[in-house]
Amino acid sequence: MIDNETMETKSIIESFNEALKTFLENLPTIIGVIFLIALFKTFVSKDIIRSIFTNNLITDTFTGTVIGSISTGNPITSYILGGEFLNMGVSLFAVTAFIVAWVTVGIIQLPAEIATLGKRFAIIRNATSFVLAIFVSICTVIVMMVV
Amino acid sequence: MKSDRRSYGLLLMIGTILIYALLFILYKEKIKNSFNYGLQVLWNMLPIFVFIIILMWITNLFVNKKTVSKYLGKESGYKGLAVAIIGGIISHGAIYVWYPFLKELKDKGMKSSLIAVFLYNRAVKIPLLPVLIYYFGLDFTAVLIVFTIIASIIEGKIFEGMRNTGILS
Repeated sequence: MIDNETMETKSIIESFNEALKTFLENLPTIIGVIFLIALFKTFVSKDIIRSIFTNNLITDTFTGTVIGSISTGNPITSYILGGEFLNMGVSLFAVTAFIVAWVTVGIIQLPAEIATLGKRFAIIRNATSFVLAIFVSICTVIVMMVV
Repeated sequence: MKSDRRSYGLLLMIGTILIYALLFILYKEKIKNSFNYGLQVLWNMLPIFVFIIILMWITNLFVNKKTVSKYLGKESGYKGLAVAIIGGIISHGAIYVWYPFLKELKDKGMKSSLIAVFLYNRAVKIPLLPVLIYYFGLDFTAVLIVFTIIASIIEGKIFEGMRNTGILS
């Protein structure tokens, strides 16, 4: 991947300054998103999330995807919550959709994604990821039932 | 475009500060907790920030448009797909920290479809697999990973189709 021509034309310091400048330009967005996530975590408890499930397979799968999409944070949290939801009787379809959407769809991070990668890209990516979270959930659970 | 990005970010940050200020009047303790949690996350992310800056620095130094378009551009084919899948799986840290780096690669010629593939594969977290296995079992984890990678390829194909029809660049 190394290109000698590039090395000759750009000095080490120049390249570093460019990288730092690009990162600093994005820092306000990153800080904004981090503190929005902190707000979400403090105000939305897992009991609130649990109360939304209704034990209907289809609506719960959709609900799982929606909650996963608006939730954010370390994926470990989604695994732990998902495990607890299973113990509470929520279907594996809904829980799988929840943990997949948690990492693939990012509603809270959407402003940051729009700012850096473009509005159209961000909206289409999140919309397709939302649908694909349901797809992954259905396929995974059906294979688990068959195997 | 760059100043748009900067002002959007500043707007988001100012908006967040205003939300905190308004909610502080009503929920003093909760806002204090949120603020402390946010600071903690920022502190924990410092090493990732440094890593991303170094990665962008190396990219600036050694990788130019020609290289990116060869490995991740329009003609990259299955090789590009493999690079995006593996890159997504091995990348770590919060997703939004990766946006500037991906934007940099996009400006150098990386296909939008491969950015989507990269971002989707961040769902596969190798260091966290033991936790997933603990809660859901090895079989479930293996099947989930396979379908996650398949879904990422489908998403890439959807983006590819949109690029061909001019919906996406």
